Amino acid sequence: MTSGTRRTGIEKAMKTVLLISALASVLIVLLIFIFTMKEATPAFREIGVWKMLSDTTWRPGNDQFGILAMIAGSGLVTLGAVLIGVPLALGTAVFLSEIAPCWIAGIVRPSIELLAGIPSVVYGLFGMVVLVPLVRTIPAPGNAGYGLLAASIVLAVMILPTIANISEFAIRSVPKGYKEGSLALGATKWETISRVIIPAAKPGIISAVVLGLGRALGETIAMIMVIGNSVILPTAITDNPLSIFLSRARTLTGNIAVEISYATGIHESALFATGVVLFILIMLVNGSARFLMKMGVKS
Amino acid sequence: MKKRNAAQNTAFGVFWLTGAVAVLIMGFVVGYIMVKGLPGITADFFTTSPRGGLSGDGGIYSTIVTTFYMIVVTLVFATPLGVGAAIYLTEYSSNIDNKAICKLVSIARFGIETLAGVPSIIFGLFGYALFVSALNMGFSILSASLAGACLIIPVIIRTTEEALKSVPQGYREGSLALGANRWETTWKVVLPAALRGISTGILLSAGRIVSETAIFFVTLGGSYRVPHSLMSGGRTMALHVYYLAMETRAFDKAMSTAAVLVALIIIMNLTINTITSRISTKQG
Repeated sequence: MTSGTRRTGIEKAMKTVLLISALASVLIVLLIFIFTMKEATPAFREIGVWKMLSDTTWRPGNDQFGILAMIAGSGLVTLGAVLIGVPLALGTAVFLSEIAPCWIAGIVRPSIELLAGIPSVVYGLFGMVVLVPLVRTIPAPGNAGYGLLAASIVLAVMILPTIANISEFAIRSVPKGYKEGSLALGATKWETISRVIIPAAKPGIISAVVLGLGRALGETIAMIMVIGNSVILPTAITDNPLSIFLSRARTLTGNIAVEISYATGIHESALFATGVVLFILIMLVNGSARFLMKMGVKS
Repeated sequence: MKKRNAAQNTAFGVFWLTGAVAVLIMGFVVGYIMVKGLPGITADFFTTSPRGGLSGDGGIYSTIVTTFYMIVVTLVFATPLGVGAAIYLTEYSSNIDNKAICKLVSIARFGIETLAGVPSIIFGLFGYALFVSALNMGFSILSASLAGACLIIPVIIRTTEEALKSVPQGYREGSLALGANRWETTWKVVLPAALRGISTGILLSAGRIVSETAIFFVTLGGSYRVPHSLMSGGRTMALHVYYLAMETRAFDKAMSTAAVLVALIIIMNLTINTITSRISTKQG
């Protein structure tokens, strides 16, 4: 009887302990939000939220803390990465789920896994040593190689595994009957893929792309290493509007990492404010991915 | 029909091409790092510490030690919390009739999903504000591990949940029928059966710590000396690559260190795949 009570006691205690560890993540998220917000408040109050978001000048020595140039930098590099990375990732996902023979998939899949595992600092190094000199050969005034183009290529490779994996999963979860029905009606394999399977997997594929976008916005180290880090609003440097990608830039993440170690006072607070903006931006992106995923499940 | 077949051939050609490009990118990145990095790796490279200064001289001994410390300390913080959370979510949350606790469970799930999406520089910023500054731990292995633990808790939870779910329901029913309660069942039956799966999750997390740079860039301090306690600062191998490339511009040493990192990641991936395939053959 006493051993029975003890056993029930342990069971109850463990249940509570486990529930608390399940809630630890919520606590951490709250702490992160509270601490970054608390540190960012002086900057928001003294500089003003709108002023920070709309001003392109970031000169901590001059007490000017506009982050619009960094928002543009993050946005453009993400756009570039999506333009390069998404077609490749989606192609790979379709290839792996519908076309590749087993043994080929056995080569492609581990390759993508390895791409996902390579540390971002290694991608950054690769970018500095291989891509930057390559971009530098494009003839344009003031093109130093470091900038949005090199950063977009690096980032495209980094988000490829995320997008490819989730899309492949989405394509594989399309019910087999859809495919069989289409093939039975005389459609070719390609017609089945393009008109039945991909439309059915669309919500999953879109949320895969959006999640990749979230990853891209959050990348830090590789970006610092290849993007040039100049706080300027990127502009086209030749007549060709695409040459905007040859411009140097700085990302929101890079702004924090580069300056946090020596920043004090309002400057430090402005960096935390940069963090809050980034945090909210990524929450919005990830939230919409989750929303799309749920919509897909419902329909 | 000919036209339709031609369309199919073109489309499939494009897909084969994208698959090939993905493999080629991996081959080129890994190959380049290995070819440029391996020649610089000697026994001395592993046994001497960086000499500091602007030359980039020396090996990577102290960075290996720091990386090792970081893995161990981070896992000590993150594993119990992550595994505990996963146990609650898979073993306990299904048969709860209390509405308040049900609500808590969905809040917990939301928290974990949110945490998984937080970018690492934010963990760094948080660690810097809370552990380094507010709690006075300074730039140290302790601060960096606590911040790093936030990064890997969602990874451990997800992989452990998968491992627990793959344990056949009959194991639990058998144990419960014999009179064991939920915790005894979990501890003595379910966990041992899920151990391999959980260990891959832990290995995956160790890989994340090896690769992570942004968090440690703002919490670990970057000292190139051998750490002597949890309160010492340091630099992991990944952080060392960053400093070599960005501050000393010693690209040859950076390449060699990167080659060691990539080799380590490849070994970890292979180990994880071996364990996972053993699990599936055992159950299949």
